[in-house]
Amino acid sequence: MKNIIGFIRQNYTFFSFLILQIVSLVMLSSYSKSHQTYFGNWNNAVAGKVNSYYNEWAYFFDLKATNAKLVAENVALRNELAQNFVPYDTSVKSGTLILRKDSLEKIRKFFYYPAKVVGNSFTLQKNYITIERGALEGVKKDMAVISPDGSIVGVVVEVNDHYSKIMSLLHRNSKVSAMLKRDRIAGSIEWDGNSPEILSLKNISKSALPKIGDTVLTSPYSSSFPAQLMIGRVTSIIKDPSSNFLTLNIKSATNFYNLEYVYLVQNKRMEAQTDVEQKGEGNE
Amino acid sequence: MNNLLKNIARFILFLLIQIIILNEIPPIHQFITPYLYFIFILWLPFGTSRIATTLLGFALGYALDMFTNTPGLHAAAATLIGYLRPTILNLLLAQEASEELTKEPSIATMGWGPFTFYIFSLTFIHHFYLVLLEWLQFGNFSYFIGKVFFTSLMSMLLILLVELLLNRRKLKR
Repeated sequence: MKNIIGFIRQNYTFFSFLILQIVSLVMLSSYSKSHQTYFGNWNNAVAGKVNSYYNEWAYFFDLKATNAKLVAENVALRNELAQNFVPYDTSVKSGTLILRKDSLEKIRKFFYYPAKVVGNSFTLQKNYITIERGALEGVKKDMAVISPDGSIVGVVVEVNDHYSKIMSLLHRNSKVSAMLKRDRIAGSIEWDGNSPEILSLKNISKSALPKIGDTVLTSPYSSSFPAQLMIGRVTSIIKDPSSNFLTLNIKSATNFYNLEYVYLVQNKRMEAQTDVEQKGEGNE
Repeated sequence: MNNLLKNIARFILFLLIQIIILNEIPPIHQFITPYLYFIFILWLPFGTSRIATTLLGFALGYALDMFTNTPGLHAAAATLIGYLRPTILNLLLAQEASEELTKEPSIATMGWGPFTFYIFSLTFIHHFYLVLLEWLQFGNFSYFIGKVFFTSLMSMLLILLVELLLNRRKLKR
C-alpha cells in the first residue's frame, strides 16, 4: 500500500494527466441531451453572454443583406395590395344572365419595383435622384417613384440600361396632381425652389375650405401615381384676392435627405390613359 | 506578477480570437478549422512545470468547449499537448537553457529550426488527437490524415504569422 502511494506520488503529474484525460473523454462520450440541459444552465451564463455580444456584432455586419431581404419582402407585399388591381366590368352581360368574366379575378394596374438610390441632390433648383435600376430591369420613362413609407418622391425622366434618373419633387418643373383629403378637391403640387421641405399646392378652388394640418394626397387623375399616396400636410394658406384659386404651402412627408431605397410604380395602363388624354387635346 | 497578468490576458485573447473569428470562417470550414487557441500553451515560460501546463491545458480546452458545445473534446487535446510540452522542449533544448526559466519559447530564444519543430510537433499531436476523438466512428483514413495534416499546416501558418506580427523579440529587449 505504501508502495502504491509512493508510486502515485512520484508520478503525480502523469496521473493527473490521466485523470484529466479520462474526465474529458467521459464528458465527451456521455454528452447527451440531458447533459446538454445540465451544462446549459451554468455554461450559458458565461458563454451565452459572450455569444450574445458576438451576435450583436455579427448582426451589425449582416445589416446590408438583411436590408436587401426586407426591401424584397416589402415590394412583394406592396404588390399584393388590393388597390393595385382593377375589377372586371361585370355590368356588361352577354345576352344571357351569365357574366362574361369571373368577377373575383382582378386586372393588375400597378406594379412595384425596388431600387437603390445611388445619387441624390436637394440643394439645387433642379434636383435629380439617380437609382441603380434601368431599362433592362423594367424601368420606363414617366414611372412614379415613391419612398418606403409610401410618400411620393418623383418621376423617372431618363433611363439607360442599368441606371435611371428621377426628377425629384424638388424640381422647378415638377408637377404632380394632388388633392386635399378633406374634400377631395384637386390641385397640383409644385416647388418654388426655396426650402427642400416646403412644397406648394396650387390651383385649389376657393370653394375648398382647407385647414392647417390637412393631409394632401395624390389625386386619382395622375397617370403615373396611384391615388391616395401621402404627399404632406398643409402648413399655411395663401389667399390671393386677384385669383379664384388658393395656394397652400405643404410640409413634405418625404424626407429627401436620407433616401436609401425607393419603389418604382409601373402603371400598366399609363399609355392608354395618356393616349386618350392627348387625343382630346387635338380636338380643340 | 507582470508575467501572470500577461498570460491571463493571452488566455482570454486567444480564446476570443478562436471563438469569434476562427470558428466562424465559412468557406474552408468543413475540411479545415483553423486552430490558434493553444498558442497560449506554447507560449508559457520554459520554467512552467509539467503539472501546471497540463492543468492549464485542461482549463483552456474546457473554456473553449463551453463555447463550441463539445464538453471534453478540446479539453482532452489541450491537456495532451500541455502534458507533452516539457518532453518536447527537453528534446530540443540544451541543458544550459534551464537558467532562462522565465523566458518563453519563441524564434528569438530557440532559433527558427527548433521552434518550428516544436510548434509543428505539438500542433500535429493536438490535431491528430482532436480529429481522432471527433471522427472516431468514421473509417476513411486518407480523409482523416488529410484533414489532420492540412489543419495542422493552417494552424502552423497562423502561429508563425502571429509570431512575426507580434515580434516578441522586442518585448524581451
